[in-house]
Order: sequence, then structure tokens, then C-alpha cells
Amino acid sequence: MSETVTTPPAYVAPAGRSLFEPHRLVLMAIFGVLVFCIIWFMRWDWLPRYSAKLVSGIGESLLMLFATSFVGFLLAVPIGLAQVAGPRLLKWLSVLFCTVIRGTPLLLQLWLLYYGLGSIFAQYPEIRQSFLWPYLRQAWPYGFLALTLSFAAYEGEVMRGAFAGVPRGELEAADSFGMSRFQTFWRIWLPRAIHRALPTLNGDTVLQLKSTPLIATITVVDVYGVISRVRQDTYLTYEPLLLLALIYLCLTGILVYVFRKLENRIPTRGV
Amino acid sequence: MATAATQSVFSLLALDSPGWGGVMLWGFAHSLQLAIGGYTLGLIIGIGGACAKLYGGPILRDLMEIYTTLIRAIPELVLMLLLYYAGTDALSQLLAALGYGAVDIDALTAGIFVIGVVQGAYSTEILRGAIKAVPIGQIEAARAFGMSPLQVLRRVTLPAMLPHAIPGLANLWMIATKDTALLAVIGFSELTLVTRQAAGSTKAYMLFFLAAGALYLALTLVSNVVIGLIEKRARRGLTRTA
Repeated sequence: MSETVTTPPAYVAPAGRSLFEPHRLVLMAIFGVLVFCIIWFMRWDWLPRYSAKLVSGIGESLLMLFATSFVGFLLAVPIGLAQVAGPRLLKWLSVLFCTVIRGTPLLLQLWLLYYGLGSIFAQYPEIRQSFLWPYLRQAWPYGFLALTLSFAAYEGEVMRGAFAGVPRGELEAADSFGMSRFQTFWRIWLPRAIHRALPTLNGDTVLQLKSTPLIATITVVDVYGVISRVRQDTYLTYEPLLLLALIYLCLTGILVYVFRKLENRIPTRGV
Repeated sequence: MATAATQSVFSLLALDSPGWGGVMLWGFAHSLQLAIGGYTLGLIIGIGGACAKLYGGPILRDLMEIYTTLIRAIPELVLMLLLYYAGTDALSQLLAALGYGAVDIDALTAGIFVIGVVQGAYSTEILRGAIKAVPIGQIEAARAFGMSPLQVLRRVTLPAMLPHAIPGLANLWMIATKDTALLAVIGFSELTLVTRQAAGSTKAYMLFFLAAGALYLALTLVSNVVIGLIEKRARRGLTRTA
């Protein structure tokens, strides 16, 4: 009995509450009427014309999300590691990086890179004639860079905690098996740290989704950019924004659902 | 020659009219006002929301659940646009219906409202968790002494939950200061938008964006120090956990 350690689940749904209690049915009816009014009385005739663009916009947003999260995470591992085990200079540099990125708004970083770096690049003929220039003239590399750096800084902090939290005994065990430092890191330290950080990483990926619309402010045409275009074309205020909110709601819901499935397959809570 | 060039670059940051330093500080003050106002409003909503979620009736609980879920699932930028238009629209129509005529809602109030509503959802969750961490016996003891629910809240629940809530609330304050920048997209002239205007008209993009970054960073660092002091005070008498 004393040897079985049961970890409480992260969230226990309140008992005895079903979806079909009377007050919930009434609330659902009210929301149903509300949704019906929104569909019936507001203007949605623009929707078919923009549906193809909307789909490609959603694709762009998701591409940005996964690309920046992936590259950002790859950067976060060395940043976290440097803070835990790096030499003093690297440690200091990564702490500085995390503090600066986490201490300033993402929108400012985005505009600094796009307008600032963009204007500096344009001054140098060497850069303008290089093969990179067709890319550097576009907006998405700057959006990609800003989102990646932001994700790297936040996750670097998470990975620092995760690396520091791996029990010493496991690393010592690896050492006594005769593994080299690199092997220890690759086989024990990194997998265990990722394992511990997984719930936080998943949550932060959802947060990253909510940062992606910012890149529309530097003319990247993601789903927010498409909606802005609709608003300019049709002079409608609410309808496009409501649709946009609905789209993000669905995307967030899907992401959360997928991550929960993943987490259930790899039990991580309480390790 | 080089010194003359650097001098002319930094004279762009001068406080007086040809320089943009004064304008930027003014924008910074606006950002601060927004952050403080929005954060305070968010806290008030959060306390109400947490109590509603914990002690309210079934309908109130469900409504609060919808509120927090919706706000936390939709990007802040989209929410701010929606709330900004919908909020100002609804308020001016309400005032018109009450017979006050067409009233222009000033941007600062609208901005504080928008940030407050967004922050309210997050602080509801933080405060709910913190209140649940207060031993139930303390609250029952307060009730046994014959305190009214408001007295229990003010004398026992809020002070006792504070150490549990402070890390989350501190984080939320950091988010509030950075979320004010999103209002630049709506056209509210806070620090980020002012910076962009200054940079656009002088073409010294790097200088102005870096200066604004330094201001935000300074705010974060000062906040960190103050939060550390508050946390130390709120945790007095508690055993160290870490």
C-alpha cells in the first residue's frame, strides 16, 4: 500500500454535472438564438468570395506556428542548458537574452526587426545584390525570426527549470554506467527534461498560436491579414472579426485536444 | 565627424520639440496608465469572477466558465479589436438610449476597459486557484465567528490566499505591461505606436525601437524588484517551500 504512489489527475470534473441540466439547456437555447441572430441578421455574403483566401491564411498561420515553435524549441534547449551547466559567459548571455526578449513586447520586437533591420539591410548594396535579398525584401522572414526568438526565450526559461529538475541520481547512474557526458546528455538528461517540460511546452505552443496574428501588422498575409483585408473591402466591423474569433477558437480547441491526447499517451504529470 | 554624427542621432531623442524624447516619454506614461488601469480593473473582475466560480449558483458558474474559456482561447489582438469596437459602440448606444446624446468615449477609457476584460479572465483563474489553496478550516472559523461573507473575504480569504496568488498575479502584471503595446494596432498612441511614428518620420528606426525597448525593459526590471519586495512581505510567517 505504501509503495504505490498515486498522483492526482490535473483536473477533476465536478461530479454530478451533466451537459443536460435544465439551466444548461436554457443557456444553450439562448446561445442558439444568439448564433441564429448573428447568422440571420448580419451580412455574410462576402464569405464565399474570400473562402479560398481564408483557407490559405489559416494555412499560413499554422505553418508559422509550427515552424517557429519547432525552431524556437531547438534554440531553447541550448539556452536552457547554458543557464544550468554552461560556462559563466554563456550563462550570462542566455540570461540576458531571456530577460530582454521576455521584458519587451513582441510587437515592438517585430517592428524593430522589420522596420529597423529592414532599413539597415536596404542601405548595403552587398546585401541588396546577394541571393538572400529576394527573401529579405519580404515580410515573413522577419515575422518568423521574431516569433522564433520569442518562443526560444520563453521556452529557454522552461527548459532551464526542466534541466535543473532532473534528479541528480539519474545523471550519476548514467555516469556510473560509464556513459560519456555527451551520451548522458543525449540519453538521459535531454529526454527526461523534455518529458518533464512537455505539459508546459504544449501550453506555450497554444500561447504561440495567439501571438501569430501579430505578424499581420508587418504585411504577412495570415488569417488575420485576410480578415483585415475583408474589413477594408467591405467596411464591415463585426462580422469578419467574429468569424476570426471563431476560427481561432476552433484552432485553439483542436490544438488543446491534440495535445491532451498526446499527453495521455505519455504520462507526464507528477514526474 | 563621427562624434557629430552620433550627436545628431542622439539629438533625435531630445526632450524638446525637434527631438522625440518628450513624445516618447508621454507615450510611455500612457502605456503605464493603461497597464495600471487595465490591471486594476482585471483584478476587480478577477476577484468577482473567482468568487462567482467558487461560490456562485450554477448559471453564474457556467457563464464565468464561458467567459474565461473564450477570452483565453482567442488571441489578445483579436479580442482587443472586438472589444474596442463593440465596447465603445455598446456604451455610446446605451448613453444615447438614456438620453445623453452622442458621447465620444475617450480612447484611454476604452483601452483600459479592453485590457481589463482580457486580464479579468486570467486573474479569475489565478485567484480561484489561490482561494482554493486556503485551508477550508480558516474560512469556516471566520464564519463561526459570525463574520458576513464580505468580511470573511476581506479579513481572511484575500489575505490568506495572497502568497499563493502573487506569482501568478506578478506574471499577469508583466503581461499587462506588454499587452498595452497591442493597442498600437488599434491606433491608441501609447509607447509602441508613438515610437513607430517617430521612427517613420525620422527614418532612424533602430534608434527609436531600441529606446522604446529600453523603456519597456526598465519597467520590467523595476517591476521585478517591487514584486520581489511584495512577495517577501506577503510570505512572511510562512515556511519556505523552495
